Amino acid sequence: MTVEQIATSRSDVAGGQTAPPTTSKTPAIELKSISKSFGPVKANQNVDLKVLPGTIHGIIGENGAGKSTLMSILYGFYEADSGDIFINGKKQDIRSSKDAISAGIGMVHQHFMLVETFTVLENVMLGAEGGSLLNKSSISARDELLRLSQEYSLAVDPDALIGELPVGLQQRVEILKALYRGAEILILDEPTGVLTPQETEQLFKILDILRSRGVSIILITHKLQEIMAITDRVSVMRAGTMVSERETKDTSKNELAELMVGRKVLLEVTKADATPQETLLEAKEISYRDEDGILRLDNVSLSLRAGEIVGIAGVSGNGQTELLAALSGICPLHQGSITIGDREITPQTPSSAKEIREFGVAHVPEDRHRMGMVTAFDAKEVAIMGYHDDSSYNGTFLMNTKAVENHCRQLMQDYDVRPEDPNLKSANFSGGNQQKLVLAREMDRAPKILLVGQPTRGVDIGAIEFIHKNLIKMRDTGSAILLVSVELEEVLSLSDRIIVMFEGRIVGDVSAKDADACQLGLLMGNAGEEGTGTPSDNAVVTGEVSR
Amino acid sequence: MSSPNKTLPGWIDIGLIPLINIALAFLVSGFVIWLIGEDPIEAVKIMINGAFGYDEALGYTLYYTTNFIFTGLAVAVAFHASLFNIGGEGQAYIGGLGVGLLCLLLDQYVPLWVILPLAIIASGLFGAAWAYVPAYLQAYRGSHIVITTIMFNFIAAALMNYLLVNVLIARGSGSPESRVFEETAWLPFMHEIFAWFGAEITRSPLNLSIVLAGFASIFVWFFIWHTRWGYAIRMLGHNENAAQYSGIDTKRVIIGTMCLSGALASFVGINEIMGVHHRILLEFTAGYGFTGIAVSLMGRNHPVGIIIASLLFGALYQGGAELAFEIPTIQKEMITTIQGLVILFCGALAFMIRPTLERIFSNFTQENKTAVVE
Amino acid sequence: MDDFFLLSLSTLDSTLRLSTPLILCAMAGIFSERSGIIDIGLEGKLLAGAFAAAAMAAYSGSAMLGLIAAIITSISMALLHGFACITHKGNQVVSGLAINILASGLTVTFGIAWFHQGGQTPNLSGDARFSPITFPGAEMIREIPFFGPIYTELLSGHNLLVYVAFLAVPLTWWVLYKTRFGLRLRAVGENPQAVDTAGISVTFLRYRAVICAGILCGIAGAYLSTAHNAAFGREMSAGQGYIALAAMIFGKWRPVPGLLACLLFGFLNALAFRLEGVSVPGIGQIPVQLMQSLPYVLTVILLAGFIGKAIAPKAIGRPYVKER
Repeated sequence: MTVEQIATSRSDVAGGQTAPPTTSKTPAIELKSISKSFGPVKANQNVDLKVLPGTIHGIIGENGAGKSTLMSILYGFYEADSGDIFINGKKQDIRSSKDAISAGIGMVHQHFMLVETFTVLENVMLGAEGGSLLNKSSISARDELLRLSQEYSLAVDPDALIGELPVGLQQRVEILKALYRGAEILILDEPTGVLTPQETEQLFKILDILRSRGVSIILITHKLQEIMAITDRVSVMRAGTMVSERETKDTSKNELAELMVGRKVLLEVTKADATPQETLLEAKEISYRDEDGILRLDNVSLSLRAGEIVGIAGVSGNGQTELLAALSGICPLHQGSITIGDREITPQTPSSAKEIREFGVAHVPEDRHRMGMVTAFDAKEVAIMGYHDDSSYNGTFLMNTKAVENHCRQLMQDYDVRPEDPNLKSANFSGGNQQKLVLAREMDRAPKILLVGQPTRGVDIGAIEFIHKNLIKMRDTGSAILLVSVELEEVLSLSDRIIVMFEGRIVGDVSAKDADACQLGLLMGNAGEEGTGTPSDNAVVTGEVSR
Repeated sequence: MSSPNKTLPGWIDIGLIPLINIALAFLVSGFVIWLIGEDPIEAVKIMINGAFGYDEALGYTLYYTTNFIFTGLAVAVAFHASLFNIGGEGQAYIGGLGVGLLCLLLDQYVPLWVILPLAIIASGLFGAAWAYVPAYLQAYRGSHIVITTIMFNFIAAALMNYLLVNVLIARGSGSPESRVFEETAWLPFMHEIFAWFGAEITRSPLNLSIVLAGFASIFVWFFIWHTRWGYAIRMLGHNENAAQYSGIDTKRVIIGTMCLSGALASFVGINEIMGVHHRILLEFTAGYGFTGIAVSLMGRNHPVGIIIASLLFGALYQGGAELAFEIPTIQKEMITTIQGLVILFCGALAFMIRPTLERIFSNFTQENKTAVVE
Repeated sequence: MDDFFLLSLSTLDSTLRLSTPLILCAMAGIFSERSGIIDIGLEGKLLAGAFAAAAMAAYSGSAMLGLIAAIITSISMALLHGFACITHKGNQVVSGLAINILASGLTVTFGIAWFHQGGQTPNLSGDARFSPITFPGAEMIREIPFFGPIYTELLSGHNLLVYVAFLAVPLTWWVLYKTRFGLRLRAVGENPQAVDTAGISVTFLRYRAVICAGILCGIAGAYLSTAHNAAFGREMSAGQGYIALAAMIFGKWRPVPGLLACLLFGFLNALAFRLEGVSVPGIGQIPVQLMQSLPYVLTVILLAGFIGKAIAPKAIGRPYVKER
């Protein structure tokens, strides 16, 4: 069953009741002209929002549109710079999560706010214990928890340790936490990002029941399907502003997509057809488990050929980060092998980031602040990261500072990094210039293979074009490029071949020419196989589905 | 995350704020002196005179300074890799053992110029070895280096106690000390060196080690900022993910950095054992390892800052001794108090005044702007 | 055999006396560290408490007033730690170290200024000290074999603070696991964001946790100078705060295992006194320094993961900053 089908069947679940009509005059929530800046970044600008009681109100927007910030303000996690919040028609001063809770607002954060070493019951009680001694209050809390789980069909074992529960159940605990505190307004921030399709189904059933019990729900997501499936009304955010509001039944995915993206010039990248040559890198059935034992890469096989760009599409957190880390030698393999040239890397013959770089593999990491640069370093020091052992920068004992500086200046000229000052602290460059510096460092050596993650995150339009052109140029000169991006647009316009990842697996491998956003979206949500059975507004999968 | 760096100009961050923090530490110290019924101003006068007023005093001041440069550099090098080495005390203690053993072994056979380089090596090896274990445990077993280095200080103390009481004790001696080395294993005092050139200065414990301290500072400066190893250390300290990304073997860097740190701390042994006491004895480290933490924090982990801070603490130690003589109510523990306050204000509360300064600064710049508009 | 029994009994008796400050400090450490604040300042709070107790007891002649002074002093040092680490998000290790060094400087400085005895406080006697409490009937059942001596020698005859220390363990356990405050305290050491979003102030909670640590260290300090000894002497804590820290880690941040670790370390210390100069059959003389360093060696071995795994509270050492 897909989300669409749940949507159509939701009246059954709710016991024959449809959502209460929007007759009630006072909205459950009304935000008036909310603004919030973080330093120079305007996260929210004069945002208005009305949520009617007993409805599910979707807020949709791209990464960084300001949805999460808005909700954090509503939940008292941040204070707005200006603007008013009305709950059930009454103006509320929400300065902390405590205020929000007492105003009847509950929130399920994207990253769960649970204590892993605690039981379900302890987590639910935390902050709403109802007495200073636990023995007494936990008895009544247990009763209340069981009552709530029954009333809303949210079965969960009160004595289970959170750390041992699957994410779907953890999320259920989050919802119970909110209900336990008497929440009449529930905010869910990207709730399906971490869920399996089955768990998503479950969640939507739960939301439906909650709505039928009169709970007002705000659902933040960037997935159009979910909006269409479950919401009554939808607001669209773009670049920190509220651009539009619609009745869900009066709108369509296409309209919402357009509103979401705005009149953004579609990224048309002019490029010739690829002429792939020999295979430069081959990964065979590689698997990787993280420190918590979670399988992050599950039997992934792919090959990169000279002269092609392979794009990796997927909702972030589905193994793309780990794939880049495994291919670049940062994290170890637990199964399978990677072959680069003559070298075969296996769990028994591990490699290192240093060795792989020496094979001519360059890597632009997804998050430049986390990995790609050191903000406390000068630009010139950032410009040699990973290549700092190179003999051209080093004497027998001392580093050749002059050579490093000259190299950096050269990179800055070639890649138009401004200001052109190798001795400036890298933190003081703008995001776009930082990214260009990182790209310059990695692309300058004409690597045989370039692994590139989110090349244009937080980069202005002009720089995006520049970066895209350079990537194409590299491809045309015979490099193999693996491109990871959460911007589907970017993957579509740059790639020659597109691989879709879901939960650490490859769930789709399509030629870029045959691919379209809808079909990829389905694959990204792992609806590929069932996808053919979905209503007709979904494109039929044309690409080769590997699994 | 980088935004707070931009709100204030660099000279406030690396110049004004540390100065205010130091000033606060001394202000509170003055308050303590006033509290016990003495005159802080008078105390400062005595201390300055006691530390710099005559050449013997200066000698003592510089002798203490030598120790603090070693331990300060040791802490700083580890700090650059974001490692907190509280074990300088133990590393210095064991380093001294290395120096002493070497001198006991060779002093009857070879001249100083053979012993000295070997002693430096022995000292460094022993100190590095004592730092190696906590470093290894941090790198490969994930044990917290702060706790293990604290534990190793105590273990070092117990070990030295055992060795001196049971093994190294000089025959027929009543106190737990080794025999005195032959003079061939004595580092020349500075007053002796000056005498070779015909200059006469008063006797003091100041010896050739201060030259070693100077070299060590220069070495650390080059090593941290001008070699690929220092580059790796700093990168690890700032951003471990970036270090892994850059192909740096973080485990090896952790171990290497700690060994260097331990070796630097161990040179206290050269100054104390070869330079002053000429025998192995109990507790010759006298808390210098801990003072190194204050020195490093105050000197902002930079050799130049460390030399200045060491000089200050050297003056405090020597001036403090003078003060204890002049005003019996103020003993050397007052200096310990000042040291604690410096660690508090320059370390733990380093960012306390920052928000206030930010406010003042932004008001100031705004006023300037409006002034221009008007 | 009877001799051996009495000898063991008196070793155990001194184990209790030597463990007392360790137990109090280890419980203090548990309160602080379970809330996410590293507390290497146990040593400093202990020392400052010892000085305050002795000074006040010497001045007023009352051990109780001394105890109160010790607690107040230790709490103020804990608040200073909180001010640096919680309010100003300073480095917790650096702050703890500053407190230790401050305490070792200030105690002697004030000691000299007030009592002119080279940092010592005057000798305490009578009501200025905590005297042994004899359990009812202790004299009567002394002669009963086995149980008599255990009751009279081992259980009875300690001062109040020894019993307080042993009560502090179940109390700590109860507070931590059976009260709302304990639930929140454990939560904030694991996931402060969860606590914040549940509408609880992370700052206030952590301040209360370090205050608890302050109270317990204060009692431990009073024990050192007004119960176990009869005056304050410079550096009289002699690293016991660090041993308590080790014991707390050894007990994996839990009260009962922490107690056992303290007893073990106390026992090693008692044994060290007992075995000094004594030749153990088959082994010869055991160096006293080996016994003294065993707590540290064992802790290092534990931390290295060779005896189970010591998992610290997840959020320990990290100041809480609301993330964007």
